[in-house]
Amino acid sequence: MAMRDETRMLLESMNRLFEDKSTKQVIDRAETGVFAADLWRAVAETGVPLAALPESAGGADAEWADLFAVLRVAGRFSAPIPLAETMLAGWVGASAGLELSDGPMTVGPVRGSDRLSIERDGNGWVLSGKASRLPYPGSVTKTILIADGPDGEMAVALDGVGGAGIVPGKNIANEPRDTLSFTRVRLDADAVGPLGQGVSRGALYRRGALARATMMSGALERAMDLAVGYAQERVQFGRPISKFQAVQQNLAVLAGQTAAAVAAANLGIQALGKVDAERELFLIGVAKTRVGEAATLACEIAHQVHGAIGFTKEYALQLSTRRLWSWREEFGPDPEWAARVGAYACANGADGLWEMLTAAQTAIA
Amino acid sequence: MAAPVFRFDPVELPPEALKMRVEVREFIKEHAHLMGFSKADFNRDFSKAMGRRGWIGMTWPKRYGGRERTAFERFVLIEEMLAAGAPLSAHYTGDRQSGPNILRFGTEEQKMFFCPKIAAGELSFCIGMSEPNSGSDVAGTRTRAVKIDGGYRINGSKLWTSNAHRADYCILFCKMASDGKEEADRHAGATQFLLDLKTPGVEIRPVLNLLGEHHFNEIFLTDVFVPDNRLLGKEGNGWNQLTSELSFERSAPDRFLVLFQMLREMVRMAGPTPDRATAAALGKLIAQLATLRGMSLSIAGMLQDGYDPNNESAVVKDLGTRYEQDIPVVARQLFPTEPELEAIDTYVSMIARSTMNAPRFSIQGGTREILRGIIARGLGLR
Repeated sequence: MAMRDETRMLLESMNRLFEDKSTKQVIDRAETGVFAADLWRAVAETGVPLAALPESAGGADAEWADLFAVLRVAGRFSAPIPLAETMLAGWVGASAGLELSDGPMTVGPVRGSDRLSIERDGNGWVLSGKASRLPYPGSVTKTILIADGPDGEMAVALDGVGGAGIVPGKNIANEPRDTLSFTRVRLDADAVGPLGQGVSRGALYRRGALARATMMSGALERAMDLAVGYAQERVQFGRPISKFQAVQQNLAVLAGQTAAAVAAANLGIQALGKVDAERELFLIGVAKTRVGEAATLACEIAHQVHGAIGFTKEYALQLSTRRLWSWREEFGPDPEWAARVGAYACANGADGLWEMLTAAQTAIA
Repeated sequence: MAAPVFRFDPVELPPEALKMRVEVREFIKEHAHLMGFSKADFNRDFSKAMGRRGWIGMTWPKRYGGRERTAFERFVLIEEMLAAGAPLSAHYTGDRQSGPNILRFGTEEQKMFFCPKIAAGELSFCIGMSEPNSGSDVAGTRTRAVKIDGGYRINGSKLWTSNAHRADYCILFCKMASDGKEEADRHAGATQFLLDLKTPGVEIRPVLNLLGEHHFNEIFLTDVFVPDNRLLGKEGNGWNQLTSELSFERSAPDRFLVLFQMLREMVRMAGPTPDRATAAALGKLIAQLATLRGMSLSIAGMLQDGYDPNNESAVVKDLGTRYEQDIPVVARQLFPTEPELEAIDTYVSMIARSTMNAPRFSIQGGTREILRGIIARGLGLR
């Protein structure tokens, strides 16, 4: 189906923006720990970070599919900003009627095993627990967390990181991944709200996984572009290495894996808001599993084609491959998601396997 | 913007395709006794029954026996049949590539003569392409046609021709004789004919495959006469016609659904609550399958919109054959057994059949290396 004109225009303008502003120089500097404030400002001015919110909450009622397509572009340019996190923080926070910010936000928990809890305390609440490896907490204006309350899951909004204890960390792309711990941190009543329809810790984990899968599909496109371009420029034995069949065959595999990653991420994106939580889990699981597999194979080939130059800090390939190696583990590594996909299929039974597959994909396609 | 090199746009299945799925499942239930695993059975009665339902050549113009249905309805029909292991062999080549090839390049008389019969399941086609010395290098064909009064005289041979011993017609790829001169253009003179396999001078001999089964054949052509009205397209245009035919061949979802029933048996062996490693191994295969389905559906969308999915089809076939070859590999890791073809246990027999069949997946319809060459060309590398 042809892409809608407005979607294409959005993607073209975001592509230009990231190409101009998310340069290697900007990323290198961000990797030293300095937040890419100019890049963030440029992205924020487009309204994209909170565009999914209803107009009443300062958004534009944008389609999630379009916003995920923007995440693919952000992944293509290794954008060192918490764009996915801000989108998801806005989604969780707005559903609970919490006050948001137009600055960068982070969201959590991002680990399936992490638990936060809140208890009533006078007019307000107290927050306890741990949120491991949150993206960019040191640079955000708000942190939106989902915590277990007395009547189920609730959303919590903190200014900055509130009163959290911070253990700094980073992934191998030098993106901040800090662990926050809360020991009876006092919250005002208006910093806590009940989650809206369809929003939960599980749903956040699923969307987070899909965001990473989508960004990875963009990073794979970039790695492929670089490898194809380099092979056509690099001359050895008197001709461009792209003329050697061994190299062509490798690049063909890389292109196939990249195409599969984009298609798999699209399956998850198409599922958003169209299927029940179980099918969403299945289709996002398909996406994270398949994209993770593609990333592992594709990074190997992209580096092989580049030879030694691709192994340097100077050359841009590593910006993409270090992110792929980081993101494939975040919001659940692909084997974890593969086990969910397999468990879902097995629970559904062998004789219903085909019906399950076609029904899950039909619901979205 | 760095546009994706290959297009796999998400598509939406229209309501008529969903209706189609219900009808096909009902039909499969009625013919349950004919469904089997990876046998590619040749069953003319089944093909005629499908023909009566209007399910062969269903996207073709009504004038030529078609039903003018969408590429999505055909996609659903084919994938349901393949997943069930339906015996499609008697009509599948005609439905998938010979018929479309005739519709695209044939004369009005040819379209009227062949297509309604193919659509009725009454006329079976095979593919006369490979030769003893011309496999991947199709342009190296040594079969030669000489123009004579009223038609052509053809000499040569074909090899690996599936179902030639059961089919009625063959689309024969050869070259026009060039008086001994070697043409600089390797595609020069390439020509296709619609060859009636009952023509005098056509001799068909079996070539058993490694399972001991008879699907392949060698066809010997000795002074075979083909009348003028059975030239397909134009003399010398055979290479273009063949490229188009192969694009039809590769765009079908049959490159990743041959072993679906084996995957289903693996899920059965795993039981409803498998351990994590088993679930992950199966989940990885299922994620590959779901992705391939999504990509194949995008190709159906391209066909429906009139785009040629040549590169995209090569990508899906390359990924699809890899996935299918992984199935028996994963199976023997999860559920080891000593394979036996005629075993009573379904799984034991399936692992025997799939292990022995696996090598052909990345050879037939274009080897893995040829497909990757096509993809590389699509990337602008050659």
